[in-house]
Amino acid sequence: MPKDSGIGASPKRREDVRFLTGNGNYTDDINAHGQAYVHFLRSDIAHGTLNSVDTTAAAAMPGVVRIFTAADFEGVGGVPCGWEITDRHGNAMQEPKHPVLAEGKVRHVGEPIAAVIAESLEQARDAAEAIDLDIEELPAVVDMKAAVAEGSVKVHDDLTSNLCYDWGFVEENREAVNQAFQDAAHVTSLELVNNRLVANPMEPRVAIGEYNRSTDDSKLYTTSQNPHVIRLLMGAFVLGIPEHKLQVVSPDVGGGFGTKIFHYAEEAFCTFAAKACNRPVKWTSSRSEAFMSDAHGRDHVTKIELALDADNNFTALRTDTYANMGAYLSTFAPSVPTWLHGTLMAGNYKTPLIYVNVKAVFTNTVPVDAYRGAGRPEATFQLERVVDKAARELGVDPIALRRQNFITEFPYATPVAVEYDTGDYHATMDKLTEIADLSGFDARRKASVANGKLRGLGVNCYIEACGIAPSNLVGQLGARAGLYESATVRVNATGGLVVMTGSHSHGQGHETSFPQVIADMIGIDEGMIEIVHGDTSKVPMGMGTYGSRSLAVGGSAMVRATEKIIAKAKKIAAHLMEAADADIELKDGEFSVAGTDKSVAWGDVTLAAYVPHNYPLEDIEPGLEETAFYDPANFTYPSGAYACEVEVDPDTGKVSIERFSAADDFGNIVNPMIVDGQVHGGIGQGIGQALLEGCVYDEDGQLLSASFMDYAMPRADDVPFYSVDHSCQTPCTHNPLGVKGCGEAGAIGSPPSVVNAVVDALQSAGKTDVTHIDMPLSPGRIWAALNS
Amino acid sequence: MYNFEFEKPSTVADAVAALAGDEAQALGGGQTLIPTMKQRLASPSKLVSLSGIAEMQGVQREGASLTVGGAVSHADVAAQATDYPALAEMAGHIGDPAVRNRGTIGGSLANNDPSADYPAAALASAATVVTNAREIAADDYFQGMFDTALEDGEIITGVKFSVPQAANYQKFVQPASRFALVGVFVAKHADGVRVAVTGASEEGVFRWSEAEAALDADFSADAIAGLTLDPSDMIGDLHGTKEYRAHLVGVMTKRAVAAAA
Ligand SMILES: Cc1cc2nc3c(=O)[nH]c(=O)nc-3n(C[C@H](O)[C@H](O)[C@H](O)COP(=O)(O)OP(=O)(O)OC[C@H]3O[C@@H](n4cnc5c(N)ncnc54)[C@H](O)[C@@H]3O)c2cc1C
Repeated sequence: MPKDSGIGASPKRREDVRFLTGNGNYTDDINAHGQAYVHFLRSDIAHGTLNSVDTTAAAAMPGVVRIFTAADFEGVGGVPCGWEITDRHGNAMQEPKHPVLAEGKVRHVGEPIAAVIAESLEQARDAAEAIDLDIEELPAVVDMKAAVAEGSVKVHDDLTSNLCYDWGFVEENREAVNQAFQDAAHVTSLELVNNRLVANPMEPRVAIGEYNRSTDDSKLYTTSQNPHVIRLLMGAFVLGIPEHKLQVVSPDVGGGFGTKIFHYAEEAFCTFAAKACNRPVKWTSSRSEAFMSDAHGRDHVTKIELALDADNNFTALRTDTYANMGAYLSTFAPSVPTWLHGTLMAGNYKTPLIYVNVKAVFTNTVPVDAYRGAGRPEATFQLERVVDKAARELGVDPIALRRQNFITEFPYATPVAVEYDTGDYHATMDKLTEIADLSGFDARRKASVANGKLRGLGVNCYIEACGIAPSNLVGQLGARAGLYESATVRVNATGGLVVMTGSHSHGQGHETSFPQVIADMIGIDEGMIEIVHGDTSKVPMGMGTYGSRSLAVGGSAMVRATEKIIAKAKKIAAHLMEAADADIELKDGEFSVAGTDKSVAWGDVTLAAYVPHNYPLEDIEPGLEETAFYDPANFTYPSGAYACEVEVDPDTGKVSIERFSAADDFGNIVNPMIVDGQVHGGIGQGIGQALLEGCVYDEDGQLLSASFMDYAMPRADDVPFYSVDHSCQTPCTHNPLGVKGCGEAGAIGSPPSVVNAVVDALQSAGKTDVTHIDMPLSPGRIWAALNS
Repeated sequence: MYNFEFEKPSTVADAVAALAGDEAQALGGGQTLIPTMKQRLASPSKLVSLSGIAEMQGVQREGASLTVGGAVSHADVAAQATDYPALAEMAGHIGDPAVRNRGTIGGSLANNDPSADYPAAALASAATVVTNAREIAADDYFQGMFDTALEDGEIITGVKFSVPQAANYQKFVQPASRFALVGVFVAKHADGVRVAVTGASEEGVFRWSEAEAALDADFSADAIAGLTLDPSDMIGDLHGTKEYRAHLVGVMTKRAVAAAA
């Protein structure tokens, strides 16, 4: 019998009732009394000198409240970067100023130049058209290798070059790795592109700034995954507002995928302008603006090499990556191709020597930052592609080659600085073999061939580092923040609980899964527990949701706070039953004295806490509310094995995904249905990246894929029914729930198996020279490969 | 969007009069025009809706031809053009349900998007575009990308299709927009085969005359096996090269013939 409540049960998501009935409270649903609207005039050229911005005529247009340009932001900080990378030579990365409104130069299409505030949005747009811009166009640089070549146009004149940093990891291993390559029996190398993506959450970004002149308080409503982080970054670095005078609220948020982690210029603008104009200022991004102002994802160009000995053991791995930063450093951009990517290069394998080089490059494009998986998909993709290619070159079974090199003993210290606590890679591969019916593949291939189609099978493994992250460690690595989480559990007199968590839910279902954990701990009904998140005035502190950290870190904080609650409640119960604290047991919402039939109900104890007539007032305070901060001791390491089966139409090059199977190890599972959903969504995005999505600039820096007419999002009929299994569970050893996180796995684990499958299909048709095709695997690209 | 006046006449004559003013524009289903206006790329001073004109509605069979009113939605053609299944099938695959419920045949043909489906159907069906002023043969109507024989203010009141003996439309979708990356409509009429290609050419919809000649002699997919198109006139963009489009025209034509035969 499946459980119907508590940990391991799959109650339906309670938040879906409001989402699916149109009753969600999204930022754009909020309208402040007397609000004005802002429209940003954005650059339509990629690179140019801003000679003048004449707003005289525009300011006289109907309804205009005020027009802002960079001149209004003198003395105001730039949009900060939250992570500093130290390069191979021990130098700090180059960090250009990121002004709220373009200063002196425009550096990418979509950069805001001026902001018009008016009584209505249409009036603001009308006035923006009347602004007289004098921009002297400069040649743009879009290609990363061209950007770091001698004599390239510079994106930032005050930097020495377009190279943000040249990072080596582990630098001390460099020579040993090179030596291992010289000694290798076989070397497989592969050059590939990890395609640039636009996250495109269903809800575009929105910001509303408010200012209260009588109290001097500022307030920002924003579509963020981490409102406290925005409060800190914007308050401390941009606007100089102390945290106690600034409230940031992120109510229901319609998808984030990483792109809503970052602090954006529009947020700072609305907060600043609300005070300057003394009225609320609202901005709602159009989809077109989102394409050219939301941070993009991925965009790596990589060469990877794998060295093997004569017995096909991996002996060394070497990778060279160019990572696009875009024109400015977005909040966590520098960390993505480095610490979130280099540390994952061991994958599931015991390769003893690894060296990762990453050159981060400025170009005249939209900033690039974390997108679902952030660095880990880029690591997994190149590693699992090169392993597949090696198997093909050596004529060995790709699964056998993987198995032979699996890490089998835990804890395992990789040569790239991290220590995996648990895992069982053979178990997930065994499970995959079963659920994907790999033994039936040959028969399915025959059937496809009889239908005039090519069929391919692609398999890959993945490992990710989630539950981000131990604060002292990330501090050493350059993070300008800690990565703990907080929770306050407030028990009311009548026994209901409110949990204020720093984790933010923007689709993950925390309002359902978090109560399952607490309900189990106390033995009460989940309906008695309410989750509050997304408001800096209600939640003590929060680092937010990303890096599959909510349950592993935020959930752990909640467990710790609940443990404190239970400890105090037991003292109250002991007093009520005239027993010793140590003899009190809590089960099914009842406190009892061990070995007796004495008991008091949860509600009696909570009532006593607030009506302390019979209460140990000399020992403990009334009330029942506790806060805990949890800082993880390590990352968590979810892992798994994925298989994709494709059919390719040789006439058109069109790929259809016939089967997709995922065997994941997420440690313990709280709500299997929600986990399934997270994996489904992640795989959908991974398939999107592999087959459909490509953000493309022309050489002048014009965004060619600037709308859904040209940027292909995956639709329901692009993906198959997935076969998803998470019964392999090696619990995390260092957090109280033994959970690992499941939010990004699907997006990390799926692109390589899709590409491996397509290459397999083409090889099966005798195209043995086709060893790689860059994503997205559009029909045109596959047709060209088939006819190469 | 800029402000505009709005009129909804109930006769073609009133619509023509309303369109006489400067910068007035006809509004069909608005599926192309409204997004363009929202982007501020079009700024008509007046929109004249054609959706309240009874004489522009209806799908009627008259002998060998099927007449579709100029304001009939794609969804209505899909449901009502039962006498011309290939046409109904084509209309049933335009865009998504919302687009099909609003978008109209007149709007599609007036717009003449180089990747739209209706132009291929009209050209292959030797259709006649009927306007408030005249009748225009499809061969004379399409004049290149987004260009037609329509005069300013001229309204498509209906389209007369010659129902072929056999026909089929094959659409290979562009993955983002799901318009045709290449679409080929093949129609076998008593007086010959017509092959109309959309999505592929810089010049908009066109007839592939070599294929028509080959199919006149032998209406089978094999008959066109050896034919190729010159890629230099094709569209090349991020979704497909010129060569790929030229190749797809061949594949889609063969599939359409096989499905129709
Ligand atoms: C998401 C989406 C997907 C789509 N997918 C496809 C697709 O797969 N295939 C495809 O072919 N199309 C597709 N379309 C376009 C759709 O078919 C439109 O409906 C069509 O192009 C325009 O028809 P409309 O009635 O909406 O015209 P409108 O947008 O109202 O008008 C378009 C133009 O035609 C003029 N016009 C309208 N009616 C008449 C008339 N009777 N006489 C003279 N001029 C007139 C207008 O003045 C305007 O210039 C898609 C559109 C969208 C939004």
